[in-house]
Amino acid sequence: MAENKCSLRKEFTKGLLRENPVLRLVLGTCPTLATSTSMVNAIGMGIAATLVLVCSNIVISALRKVIPDKVRIPAYVVIIASFVTIVQMIVKAFVPALDAALGVYLPLIVVNCIILGRAEAFANKNPVIASAVDGLGMGIGFTAALFCMATIREFLGNGSLFAEAQDLLGVFGDNVLGGFNGITILNTPMTIFILPAGGFFVFGVLIALSNKIGDKKKLPKAELHGCESCPLASTCSKVVSEREDKKI
Amino acid sequence: MTATQLFSVLLTAILTENFVLCKFLGICPFLGVSKKVNTAMGMSVAVIFVMLISTAVTYPINTLLVAKHLEYLQTIIFILVIAALVQLVEIVLKKYIKSLYNSLGIYLPLITTNCAVLGVVLLNLEEGYSFGISMINTLGAGIGFMVAMLIFAGVRSRLETADIPEFLKGLPSTLIAASLTSVSFLGFSGVVDGIFGS
Repeated sequence: MAENKCSLRKEFTKGLLRENPVLRLVLGTCPTLATSTSMVNAIGMGIAATLVLVCSNIVISALRKVIPDKVRIPAYVVIIASFVTIVQMIVKAFVPALDAALGVYLPLIVVNCIILGRAEAFANKNPVIASAVDGLGMGIGFTAALFCMATIREFLGNGSLFAEAQDLLGVFGDNVLGGFNGITILNTPMTIFILPAGGFFVFGVLIALSNKIGDKKKLPKAELHGCESCPLASTCSKVVSEREDKKI
Repeated sequence: MTATQLFSVLLTAILTENFVLCKFLGICPFLGVSKKVNTAMGMSVAVIFVMLISTAVTYPINTLLVAKHLEYLQTIIFILVIAALVQLVEIVLKKYIKSLYNSLGIYLPLITTNCAVLGVVLLNLEEGYSFGISMINTLGAGIGFMVAMLIFAGVRSRLETADIPEFLKGLPSTLIAASLTSVSFLGFSGVVDGIFGS
């Protein structure tokens, strides 16, 4: 039992730092760059993606012996898309301001590589509880990285922290935390940081930082390996044909 | 639908609202497959192709969904239709048009989970475009993707010979180069309004 607990803790913590999906595995770059313009958006996106990730991991892991290997990717996509639809409905009903802020990026959680990647790499080989814990760890790791980036971008680009916090807090009723709606610190912010260019820049600097820290712990550098790093690599005809070319 | 409107939608999609550099859709291929100019070209032509057929197929499906009040099924149905469509196109190309398959086919499976394809379909619906304008907007988004890919492939080939500090080597320097490329696209903001005076 003790051993079991220990391994569960390992599954949970690996997503936070050692295998952080954004900063170490470089997955899910699109939502990371797009929704990190404000801290509130980042938290909302993180929670939504974590919910989908945990639920889809649980269901995929529970069905791992039922789903035939050949059609597993379409099956996973359907499961993930169903949970995304549910989350979309919940957000639309309870946090309409967040739905407006995230826009098209909310349904696009379906094609977030982190979720399909975890299904393919973890949930279809491991029992339900371990998969749920793995999903939770990866989701929190994603949220943490997103939050980190959003803090830098919002502080430098908009001069504020937690702007429009009532968008999220509104779920718990009116005037939560005394109507706290963020604080403004810089009066003349550098707008470039909330523009797309600033997103790429901050992400680049964060990756460099995480590489530097990873170096000390003898971890490999975060790197995109083109198609090889894609979660669908094992089913992709391009990667398979390239591998065969290399063998010859 | 006037010609001016068409051109303004097309130019907006290519320049001011560039899919990759302003909307962050399709970042994975943008960073992953942009090392060489010819692979970047192949990938973007395949993306344009898939985007166009996906828009053409999902538009009537959406009309049907709206008529039956099943809008909430959009996400599930679209992703399945796009995935099935890509598989179908791959099979047809492989069987009948071998030369096209050799140059484009290898990129097709990658595109199924590319957020740019689902993204353009959903954005067209969000904007409430008619079928014709949707197709033009999709074409513009695809061309914008290609322009960004080709420019960035050029930037990256220069980056390879540059002397970069050790801690920035690899992905960080690529991202900072992408940031600078994105700055150059900032210069286009207002261009479309300036030309068409809307």
